[in-house]
Amino acid sequence: MKTILYIIQKEFKQIFRNKGMLPIIFILPLLQLVILSNAATFEVKNIKFGYIDNDHTSTSRSLIEQFYASTYFNVSTDFPSKVLASEAMLNGEVDVILEIPQYFERDLQKEKYNNLGVTINAIDGAAAGVENVYVTQIVQRFNQHLKVDLLQVSDQQIQPISIETIPLFWYNETLNYKTFMVPGILVLLVTMITLFLSGMNIVREKEIGTLEQINVTPIKKSQFIIGKLFPFWVIGMGLLTVGLILAKVIFNVPMIGSLPLMYLYTSIYILVILGIGLFISNFTDTQQQAMFIAWFFTVIFILMSGLFTPIESMPKWAQIVTEFNPIKYFVEVMRMVMLKGSGFMDILPQLLKTILYAIIMNGLAVWSYKKTN
Amino acid sequence: MNTNKVIQVEGLTKVFGDFTAVNAITFHVKKGEIFGFLGANGAGKTTAMKMLIGISNPTSGKANVAGYNVFTHAENIKKNIGYMSQKFALYDDLTVKENITFFGGIYGLSRKRIKEKSEVLIKELGLEKVENKLVGSLPLGWKQKLSFSVSLLHNPKIVFLDEPTGGVDPITRRQFWELIYKAANQGTTVFVTTHYMDEAEYCDRVSIMVNGRIEALDTPKKLKEQFKAENMNDVFLKLARE
Repeated sequence: MKTILYIIQKEFKQIFRNKGMLPIIFILPLLQLVILSNAATFEVKNIKFGYIDNDHTSTSRSLIEQFYASTYFNVSTDFPSKVLASEAMLNGEVDVILEIPQYFERDLQKEKYNNLGVTINAIDGAAAGVENVYVTQIVQRFNQHLKVDLLQVSDQQIQPISIETIPLFWYNETLNYKTFMVPGILVLLVTMITLFLSGMNIVREKEIGTLEQINVTPIKKSQFIIGKLFPFWVIGMGLLTVGLILAKVIFNVPMIGSLPLMYLYTSIYILVILGIGLFISNFTDTQQQAMFIAWFFTVIFILMSGLFTPIESMPKWAQIVTEFNPIKYFVEVMRMVMLKGSGFMDILPQLLKTILYAIIMNGLAVWSYKKTN
Repeated sequence: MNTNKVIQVEGLTKVFGDFTAVNAITFHVKKGEIFGFLGANGAGKTTAMKMLIGISNPTSGKANVAGYNVFTHAENIKKNIGYMSQKFALYDDLTVKENITFFGGIYGLSRKRIKEKSEVLIKELGLEKVENKLVGSLPLGWKQKLSFSVSLLHNPKIVFLDEPTGGVDPITRRQFWELIYKAANQGTTVFVTTHYMDEAEYCDRVSIMVNGRIEALDTPKKLKEQFKAENMNDVFLKLARE
């Protein structure tokens, strides 16, 4: 036990003495939290909107005004012809083109319906989908409004019967993407920092030759590993704390669930990540190799974590793969506890899987660390 | 087992793939002896030494170090030996005192004992003025002396030195050998590899490895007679050229 304390003491001294590393550990992740949480948005804004008005009536102009009024659209151009509009889209000057046909107003009054041409740049499929919904909403709102006006003119008695849907969004009522993203990004930075630091730490001692010196001492493998990893565990928990404070203060993310539960889960989760880092460290000879491997796994873990894209929409085999992704569990738990207020029993499946993962990874790490080659 | 022989090696072999780095070497080292382990670069000295200190598994043969079998009790050996590698292996980003404290702690010395030891050691090496300086800022010669003293912190029975004076100036080398003699006088067995043949003359007995085998083993005086050479340098050249 005393031996472990000596190692922990040494590690902390080395971490805090490394002037290059300190900002990387503490400042970059927090910058990341602030920047990514604001930038990684699912909202589609500033859509470049162009239109071709073949009608030139008060109705067509009033429809176009609806787009001017919308905060999502930047109405840029009035195209005289379809050819020019297509060209502009090819050059990336517009994302959405609305084509209003000739006799739009006349047909609408006479036939009670009409068709509008909408062209959307769908290179980014997700954005195109959202843009389509926006356009449809605006047009429908406009169209209904118009219909009501017309109906009022002809016959007061006949009201159009329409079914209105009132969506109720639970847990994140305003669909604030920051509320959704902040817990996830917090997960990312806790994971990345602890994985990279632990992955590079032992391999660094290999590089400078001090590991050989350690291996010649009677120190026990478990003592060395616990002493080595404990400081990074502390750093990981520290990052979580600072991150949670920022989430509350800057983003005002609701924290409905229990903080101790979040800490309990995170304390075990970090053990998984440290085990993975150490495992990588044992199989590499240089810090570069360790970094490459750590990056490889981080990218896969992040993209398959459900943080940016829902796991439910992945192919079956990918969903099975995500079962082995620790970040997935962490993201789930953080969102559940923070936003939904889930209790201990709700996160028990994730907790148990994480504990099992921690035991396996650290077992492998201790096993693969060899004092004698 | 002969208690006088602190290292006993018989037919010790290490094979990497199809390359035999150490080829059935047999020798012993007596208690309190300064044993010079010589050989050209790549002759297999470091590999042999790594097997003796328990960080490399031998392919075959027998070896007993400080009374323990290297195959079965490597961790017991580690309690009884000190080791100084040819690559400087103290922490550059810790101070002189912190390095001593850390290694003392790892070997299980008490806080009080560490404190006493480090005071004596720092005084002996004349490092009082730099005791709170980072080791990385010290000149190589000082580092090597410190490294040697740290390897003796836990009063090991045997100390293994792998080219301890590589790249060090003649005056510091001399001081270094004074430290070695002092340790030997206090009963520590010294197992040392070197490329400096003048240093070989300081050893009680010397073995010379060529291509994984021990080709000669005796006192420097007898080796010179055997090879009809004026100094150890000539002995080495004659052997290595064959």
